[in-house]
Order: sequence, then structure tokens, then C-alpha cells
Amino acid sequence: MRIALPFLALTLGLLLGGTATAADDSAPLPVEHAQWSFEGPLGTYDRGALQRGFQVYKEVCSACHSLNLVAFHDLDGPGGPGFTEAQAKALAAGYKIPAGPNDKGEIFDTHGNPLTRPGVLADHFPPPFPNEEAARASNGGALPPDLSLIVKARAGGPDYVNSLLIGFSQKPPHGFTVQDGKFYNPYFAGRNIAMPPPLVDGSVTYADGTKSSVVQEAHDVVTFLAWAADPNLEARHQMGLEVMAFLVLLSGLLYLSYRKIWKGQH
Amino acid sequence: MAGNSTYVPATGFTRWLDKRLPILRLTHDTVSTFPTPRNLNIWYTFGGILTFCLGVQIVTGVVLAMHYVASADLAFNSVEGGIMREVNYGWLIRILHANGASMFFLAVYIHMFRGVYYGSYKEPREMIWILGVLIYLLMMATAFFGYVLPWGQMSFWGATVITSLFSALDQVIPHLGTAITTWLWGDFAVGDATLNRFFSLHYLLPFAIAAVVGLHIWALHIPGNNNPLGIDVKGPQDTVPFHPYYTAKDAFYLALFMILFAAFVFYAPDFFGNPDNSIQANPLVTPTDIVPEWYLLPYYAMLRSVPQKLIGVLVLLGSLVTLFLIPWLDSSKVRSCRFRPLMKQCFWVFALDCVLLGYVGSQSADAVLNLGGMQLPLVWLARAGTAYYFAYFWVLMPLVGRIERTKALPESIAKSVLGTAGERI
Repeated sequence: MRIALPFLALTLGLLLGGTATAADDSAPLPVEHAQWSFEGPLGTYDRGALQRGFQVYKEVCSACHSLNLVAFHDLDGPGGPGFTEAQAKALAAGYKIPAGPNDKGEIFDTHGNPLTRPGVLADHFPPPFPNEEAARASNGGALPPDLSLIVKARAGGPDYVNSLLIGFSQKPPHGFTVQDGKFYNPYFAGRNIAMPPPLVDGSVTYADGTKSSVVQEAHDVVTFLAWAADPNLEARHQMGLEVMAFLVLLSGLLYLSYRKIWKGQH
Repeated sequence: MAGNSTYVPATGFTRWLDKRLPILRLTHDTVSTFPTPRNLNIWYTFGGILTFCLGVQIVTGVVLAMHYVASADLAFNSVEGGIMREVNYGWLIRILHANGASMFFLAVYIHMFRGVYYGSYKEPREMIWILGVLIYLLMMATAFFGYVLPWGQMSFWGATVITSLFSALDQVIPHLGTAITTWLWGDFAVGDATLNRFFSLHYLLPFAIAAVVGLHIWALHIPGNNNPLGIDVKGPQDTVPFHPYYTAKDAFYLALFMILFAAFVFYAPDFFGNPDNSIQANPLVTPTDIVPEWYLLPYYAMLRSVPQKLIGVLVLLGSLVTLFLIPWLDSSKVRSCRFRPLMKQCFWVFALDCVLLGYVGSQSADAVLNLGGMQLPLVWLARAGTAYYFAYFWVLMPLVGRIERTKALPESIAKSVLGTAGERI
């Protein structure tokens, strides 16, 4: 291993050290790690945080961001926010789902509005804009991404989304130019983000009396979005425990039979 | 080994069957009584593990195909909305399949490095090695097609980058490369037609792999297993019957492997994934860094280490074709690196070189490493790594066998195992 050793040191050094690119003002800051109830092999979603986070999504984020992959029946499903079926039905009924054309081929009602019907459990959350062009037109040319998978779709996952949501409070460094119509956020690539600061203290009034600071709101909505991106996490963790217990037992028994069969053979 | 079957049918039915379809005789001779060197270590259990991996991929894949929609408009939602959310246990089947691919490659790399270390490719086992390399290439193709199917950003752009490699042929004959690329895509860009043919091929190739695995095992049964000492079996005292000895050993290590597999599936299902693949494919938005799955990263680093596209593609191709030739590149008569002190060091440097190339492949193309104030562009590491990769096969393998003084080989497997404790790795 005499030749291999320096090589090993170099390789390890590279793997541990990572690359250092020249730091400039527009390179995003590394995300801040926060505590999440769903971390670790036994992690579960904090029901209170899920329900509060849903409220933040509904009252704040959903004005611009769709949640296409989530259905209303997910809200009362196992491992989710834990609403009752009646609550989920009531929530669904509060949304207008496009219903045209009707049996006469009409797509507008007598007032010229698009035909709609109240949502049912099988419906998915309706998007805030009819199409990408409308979404961009309302948001200064930028497209608010769908939030169904946002936690899985960003490096850093929940920590990134959380850092981004609370990162608006930081002031740009001296000499940094915030582009016209953009906002400064040090965790966003390029640090110029089209989304205005979405959360302020008291953005929502929590039903359970929790004080709605920006940090609390961000934590809750990130928990909700983590669930939206990975709704089977609790079922997976539970099954993982059972599978692991079985496999460890199986390995133990297989080891014993292996030793017994090989006794005296090597 | 053919020709000396010890199978005796015990019942009237098995006697009847044996005259018509001697399938029980085949099983008996190739599995039960097959004489196997008694000194195979943990690294020899990966053949069985790989068979398990192929089985998992085929079974989960067949179920996924029942729910998957191969359409540029619907594919992403059929996976992320349908399979992951609506299909009963669809999430489990999908993460088994996605992580199963990584486990498959992890096992195949261990299996291949083991073969290189103990000289299992050498005479008379050249065909086993060649068929193995063929399986490996089929695996890479299958994995590449499979990675495109969820139709995320990395699926789309990975498909675009890899298929565009053929356009390098434009530098040889103008328009030839572009014509081939268009033919591969079935369109003027990666789209619906591409996705559908990739789905078809992704379903086809695993069965081709299974067939070549059959040949691989057949070829193995002619000379029998190599072993960590790399010396020939000299008689029955050197072997044990495959069953129950190696069935028991393989089963135990397979169970350990399944624990590792399950740890990823249940506790870190996205560990090997790329966040960009949770974003639906968008031909108008290029991801900042287009990276392949981890098991293809070393080749990606080699490809990118050459600024000239055509030569880069040739280097990539050469790195794979070289693998077929190593039975004839290695000049040593001694198989196992246990008795080849110089080759052993070259081997470990080679193993680290592959890890290094993998690391470079995972970084962006213009990344610069800051080594205590010294700026080292990673592309130079990729070049050094690529040079060693080729030098290992084309220079060291022919050369070291001629100049190194090998250690004395043990008299027999039995003596080494049952007598004084043989030297370990």
C-alpha cells in the first residue's frame, strides 16, 4: 500500500474538502439546518404543524402557488394533517373546481363567469392561475413553481425552503444591487428572487392560538410541504421498522445455520 | 462440470421425467453437487446477490409498467401523482426499483473489482469475464433508459446529453452524427417519440440481461469458480458441494445486503436521487449542472476531461471496450493479487482512481479546487484520473506481469485452508 497511501489521502481530502469556488456576492449562502419532527428513522409529521402549515399554504402561498399533486382526500388520510373526513369535505367544498363545458356545451354561466362546482374529496387543489402565461403575467414575468414536490425538488430539502422563507429579513450587503422588481434573498441562487417576502408576523391567525411569527409560519408551512412531497413517510418509517426487525432476525438465523454447516470445513 | 452426473432419480415420476426433460438432473448437477472451491470468501457472494438484484428489478419493474404512462405530457404525473400517491404501495414498489438500480450497480462493481483482484478473467475463464462485461454494458444502457422514464429535468437533460454524443460524428462525416441523433430521437428533439422507444427498450433489455446471465453462469460451470488463491482445484479435497455450503453462505450475506438495501429504501429513499428530477421535464430550462446517476460518474468525468467532443466520446468508448480485452492485456501467469505485491498496489490505486473520477464527475465541469491557496481546476484531476485508468489496463497490466517477483503459491486450496492459516487479503 506504499504507493496507494498518498493517493488515498488525496482522494479522501477531495471528498471531504469539496470544491471551493470563488465566493462572490451573488453566490447563495449555505442553508441553515432546522429541527424537523420527520427527521430520522422514527420521524413522524407533527400534526399541529401540518394543520397550521396547511393554513399558511391556504391563506398565503396558494394565492400564487399551485399544489397540483395533492388531493383533498389526502387531508384526512393516514400519515397526513389528520383532519376529519367532515373537515376535509368542508375544506374541499370551499374551492371552486372548473366544471365546463356542461351538457349544453356552455363554459360560462349567465354572468359570463366560467362554470364551476364545489370541490369534493377526490379533487386535487385547483391551481390559482388557468395557465403558465396567466401566472407569469400576474407575477412580473416569473412563474411561481408548483409546491407539491418543492421540498424534494431543491437541494437541502426542508432546510432550504425554510431558510429561503426566513431569509428575506437579511439586508443586502453594501454595494449589492437588487434588480428592479426583485427582492434580496441570500439563500436564492443569484440572491435576486421574484417572490416578494411572503410571510410577516401575524400573516395568519392560528386556530390553536400559536403565535404566528415568521419563523413559526415558515416552520409550519415547510412541515406541510414536506408532507405534500412525501405523504407516505410515516407508513414507510413504520414498515421500515418491521422489515428491519425481520431481516435482522433472518440474518441471525441464517448466520447460525451457516456456521453449523461450515463447522470443521475451514 | 459436465459429463459426470451423480443424479439418481428416486421416484417413478422423476425417472419418467429424467428420460424426457432432465431438468432435475441439470439442477442437481449445477446447483446441488457442483464442486466449488472451499475457500471462497465474502466477495464471492455477490454473484448470488446480483441475481437477486436482477429479480427485484424485473418484478418491481413489471408492476411499475402496469401503472406508468409513457407520454411526455403524462409520464411525470403518472409517476409522482399516480404511482407515488394513488397506487396501493406504489411508493414502495417505485423506491425499491429506484434504489434497487443503485444496489445492483454497487453489487456489480464489487463483483467486478473482485474479479480483477483475484484474476478471475484469466485463462480459462475469459468467456465468463467477457459475458460479464456485456452484462455490465447492458445494465448501463438499461439504467440510462430507465432514468429517462420519470421525465424529470435530469431525465430529459440526461437523455439529451447522452444521445447528443452521437452528433460528434459530424466531425468525421458532416451531417452523419446529426442524422443518427435525429434517428435515435425519432424527432428533432428529445420528446414523446424518444420516451416511448426508451420505455420499450427499458422493458426489453432486462430480459436480454437475464439471458446473458444464463450464459455467464453456464460459462462459469465449465472451468468452475476461481478462488482467492487463484490456483486450480487439484482434487475433491479442495472443493465442497455448492449446496448446502454455498447456498448457506450466500443466503446469509444476501440477508446482510438486504439490510443495507432496506436502509436506503425505508430511511433514505432519495439518497441516490437528484433534486432536479422532482421537477417535470422542461425543454426550455436547462439545469445548472447535468449529472448522471452515481454509477456512471467516472465515465462522465472521462468524457468531460477531453475538450474535443469526438475524442471525448472515443475516450468514453475506449474505456468500456478496454474491459473486454483485459484477459489478454494482463501478462501475469499468477492470477490472484495476493501473490502479486506490485499489482496489488496498482489495483488499489486503480480502485481509488475510479472513486476520484466519480467525484470529479459529480462536480460542475468548470469547478476549481482550492488546495491551500493553490487553484487546481478539477478537469486536470479528471485528466490524470483518465490517464491512470487507461495506463492501468494498457501499460501496467502487460508490464507488471513481466517485471514483478510474485510470491510463492500455496500447494493446494485444501492445504492452505485446512493446514496452517493461509495469508489473507
